[in-house]
Amino acid sequence: MPNMQLNKTPAAEQEPKIRARNFKEVTSCYTDEEAKNESERCLNCKNKPCVSGCPVGVRIPEFIAKVREGCISEAYDIIKSTNGLPAVCGRVCPQESQCESKCVRGIKGEPVGIGRLERYCADYMADKAKNAEKPEPNGHKVAIIGSGPSGLSCASDLARLGYEVTVFEAFHTAGGVLMYGIPEFRLPKATVLREVDGLKELGVDIRTDMVIGKILSVDELFEQGYEAVFIGTGAGLPNFMNIPGESLVGVFSANEYLTRTNLMKAYLDEYDTPISKNSKVAVVGGGNVAMDAARSALRLGADKVYIVYRRSEEEMPARREEVHHAKEEGIDFRYLTNPTEILGDENGRVRAIKCLSMELTEPDQSGRRGVKPIEGSEHEIEVDAVIMAIGTSPNPLIRSTTPGLETNRRGCFVVDENMLTSREGVYAGGDAVTGAATVILAMGAGKTAAKAIDEYIKNK
Amino acid sequence: MYKILKKRELNSQVTLMELEAPLIAKKAKAGQFVIFRIDEYGERIPLTVADYDREKGSVTIIFQKVGRSTMMLGNLNEGDCILDLVGPLGIPTEIPEGAKKVAVIGGGVGCAIAYPQAKALYNAGIEVDVIAGFRNKDIVILEEEMRAVSTNYYITTDDGSYGTKGFVTNKLQELIDAGNKYDCVIAIGPVPMMKFVCAVTKPYNIKTIVSLNPIMIDGTGMCGGCRVRVGGQIKYACVDGPDFDGHEVDFDELMKRNSAYRDQEAYDREHICRLTGGVRNA
Ligand SMILES: Cc1cc2nc3c(=O)[nH]c(=O)nc-3n(C[C@H](O)[C@H](O)[C@H](O)COP(=O)(O)OP(=O)(O)OC[C@H]3O[C@@H](n4cnc5c(N)ncnc54)[C@H](O)[C@@H]3O)c2cc1C
Ligand SMILES: Cc1cc2nc3c(=O)[nH]c(=O)nc-3n(C[C@H](O)[C@H](O)[C@H](O)COP(=O)(O)OP(=O)(O)OC[C@H]3O[C@@H](n4cnc5c(N)ncnc54)[C@H](O)[C@@H]3O)c2cc1C
Ligand code: FES
Repeated sequence: MPNMQLNKTPAAEQEPKIRARNFKEVTSCYTDEEAKNESERCLNCKNKPCVSGCPVGVRIPEFIAKVREGCISEAYDIIKSTNGLPAVCGRVCPQESQCESKCVRGIKGEPVGIGRLERYCADYMADKAKNAEKPEPNGHKVAIIGSGPSGLSCASDLARLGYEVTVFEAFHTAGGVLMYGIPEFRLPKATVLREVDGLKELGVDIRTDMVIGKILSVDELFEQGYEAVFIGTGAGLPNFMNIPGESLVGVFSANEYLTRTNLMKAYLDEYDTPISKNSKVAVVGGGNVAMDAARSALRLGADKVYIVYRRSEEEMPARREEVHHAKEEGIDFRYLTNPTEILGDENGRVRAIKCLSMELTEPDQSGRRGVKPIEGSEHEIEVDAVIMAIGTSPNPLIRSTTPGLETNRRGCFVVDENMLTSREGVYAGGDAVTGAATVILAMGAGKTAAKAIDEYIKNK
Repeated sequence: MYKILKKRELNSQVTLMELEAPLIAKKAKAGQFVIFRIDEYGERIPLTVADYDREKGSVTIIFQKVGRSTMMLGNLNEGDCILDLVGPLGIPTEIPEGAKKVAVIGGGVGCAIAYPQAKALYNAGIEVDVIAGFRNKDIVILEEEMRAVSTNYYITTDDGSYGTKGFVTNKLQELIDAGNKYDCVIAIGPVPMMKFVCAVTKPYNIKTIVSLNPIMIDGTGMCGGCRVRVGGQIKYACVDGPDFDGHEVDFDELMKRNSAYRDQEAYDREHICRLTGGVRNA
C-alpha cells in the first residue's frame, strides 16, 4: 500500500532568521527514514508521466522503487545512467515545472518529492560511489570549451568512451555557473568540485585560465590535433536596463555580485575579494539569478532587500522553492514595479531607485498578459545598492574569432538536432545555444553532443 | 602555476617581473593585458603586458605597489610562482592608419603601459616623441628603455628635480606650439592626467588614445564591472578596450567608479600591508 500522506515529507531546513545570515545550505538532505517514507508515496504509475516531464528522461519510478527497497546504490546507478549530475539537479532543477508537475499525486495534494529523493541518492552515494575506471584510450582527441554543466557532461560521456578530452575554462575554477553563480547556500561548492574531480579521475584534462578566442582560437584547436570541438560557453554577458544612473557606484550586474561572492568567496574573511557592504539593496528581476543575488545580499549583511519585478508573482520564472525561501527570509517583493532611473548622491553613489507601478493588461491573442505603467505612480525606494538581474546573453568572443560559425539574432549558436553548428566538427550546447536556461537542459545538450561527436569521429 | 623568472625593482614603488607563460607570450600584442591571482585567496588583478619574449616564452609586467595584491606580488622573488595568469586580454593597440608622427605620453607607472605601445609604433617606422612625467627624480622608471624606442624623449617632473619642471601637458603644449604636427597622441597614466592631455589636444583636433584602467574581475565581458562611458555609450573596457578615443571618454565617471572599494582597500592597506608587510596569515 502506498503512503497516502497528502504532503511531501518535509526536509529539515535552517530557521529563516538564522540562515539569512549564513552561507550554509538551507535545506538538509532527507534522512534514510524520510527518504523511505517519501519513496512510498510514489504510485509507480504504468505510463510514468513524471519521466515525460524530465528533459533527460530519468527513469523516476524505477529509482524510487529502489529507494523504497533500500538499494540506494542501485537507485543512484539508474539516475546516473541518464543524468550525469544528480547531486546538482536534485537541488536546482525546477521540478515544479518538470517531473513533479506531471506527478499524479500532485492532483490531490503535493507531488512526490522527486528532486529531494534524487538529491538523497546522490548525497548518500557521495562518499561511497566507486571510482570511475579509466577506460582504454581510443586515440582520438576532443576539445571542450567551457566547464559548465554542458561542457562537464559532454566531457564525461566522451571520456567514458575512451576519448582524450581537454576542457578549456576561462575562469580560474571549473564548474561554470554552478561555481560562480549559484550560491553555496543552495548548491555547496564541494558538491560541484566532487563532480569535477570525478572527471579528472576519468582522465579529463581541465585547463583553467584559458580564454578561447584569445589564447587559442577554435581553428588552432583543430591544428593541435583535436578532431572535434564542443562549445559550452554559456550565456554570461550581463544585460543592463539602459536607464539613467546605471554607472553609479553601487550598481552591479548580478554576475559581478555573485562572482565576487561565490567564486571569489568575498563572504569569507580569508579571501581578499572586496564586496560593497550595503544596508538597503534592490535587486531588479524575477528569476533564479535575482533570488540568489537578493539572498546573498541579505547574507552579506544588508538590513533590507527588495526584489523589484515588473510583472506579477505568477510570471516570476524563479524556482518556487527559492521564492518561498526568499520570502521566509524577509525579502520584500515589489511586484508590478519597473525601475526608470537610479538616483545618486553628490559622490556618485546610489541613494535611491525611481520606479513606476505597473498594471496587467488584458491577455493578447497568445493569452499572455502584458504590463503597462500606471500614470502618476512614480515613486522612489531608498537603497544604497542596485543589482541588475534582468538576463544575460552569450559572449561574442568565440563567434567573433571563428569564421563560419552561424549565430542567430540574439548571438546564440545555431545547431541542428545533434548539436552540430554550421562548421564541421564543431558542436555547441547549453546556454550558448538556448540563451539562459537550466542546468538540466545544458547537461542534456552536452550528452547529445557527446553522442554525435562519437558518431562523427567513428565515421570519419 | 606561473614562475617568476626575473624580478627588478625599478624604484621603491614599482617592480618589473618576467613571468614564464609561453602560451600568452606567443599571442600577446602591444596594448593587451593579463589578469593574475597570487594564490587561492587572491583577487584577480589586471596588469598590462609591458613586454613579451615569444622565443623564451615569457611576459613582462611592471606594477606599482598600491594595495594589498600588488604588494603581495612585490614580495615574491625569482623562482616563486603565482597561481593564475590569464590572457592576453583586451584589444591590441591599433597603429593609427597613415600616422607618421605620434606623441606617446606616460605618467608615472603609466610609462609601463605606454612602453609597449611606443615600441610597436617605433618599430613600425613611425616617428615617436615620448613625454614621460613623474612626481620627482626618485621615481623615474624606464628612461633607457623609452629612449631606445623614441625619436625624441622628454622627461618632466612636478618638482623639477629631473628633466623639465612641470606637467606632461605643459611639455605637450610646448611641442605643439613649436610646430610639431602629431597625427595622434597616446596618453596613459592617472585618470586626471589623461583628462588634461585630452583637453590640450581637443582644440587642435588631434586624435587622442587613452588606456583605461577600471576595476575588473573576469576580463572577458561577463561581469560588467569595468563599464566605462565612451561617446555617451557604455563600453566594457576589458573587451572593447582598454584603449579608447580620449575625447569621447567620461573621465569623471571613471574616477568615481574606481573609488568604489576605496574604504575597504585603505583598511587593507593599513592593516595588511603596513602591519604584516603584505604577508598572508602573518
Ligand atoms: C545565479 C544563477 C542561478 C541559477 N539557478 C538555476 C537553478 O536553480 N536551476 C537551474 O536549472 N538553472 C539555474 N541557472 C541556470 C543554469 O545555471 C545555466 O542554465 C547553466 O549553468 C548553463 O550551463 P552551460 O554549460 O551552458 O554554461 P555555464 O554554466 O554558463 O558555463 C559556461 C562556462 O564557459 C566558460 N567560458 C565562457 N567563454 C569561454 C571562453 N571563450 N573560453 C573558455 N571558457 C569560456 C565560462 O567561464 C563558464 O565557466 C542559474 C543561473 C544563474 C546565473
Ligand atoms: C587593463 C588594466 C591594465 C593595468 N595595467 C597596470 C600596469 O601595467 N601596472 C600597474 O601598476 N597597474 C596597472 N593597472 C592597475 C592595477 O590593476 C591596480 O593598480 C591594481 O588593481 C591594484 O590592486 P591592489 O590590490 O594592489 O590595490 P587595491 O587595494 O585594490 O587598490 C589600491 C588603490 O588603487 C586604486 N585602484 C584600485 N584598482 C584600480 C585600478 N584598476 N586602476 C587604478 N587604481 C585602482 C584604489 O582605489 C586604491 O586607492 C591596470 C589596470 C587595468 C584595468
Ligand atoms: S572585467 Fe568583467 S566585464 Fe570587463
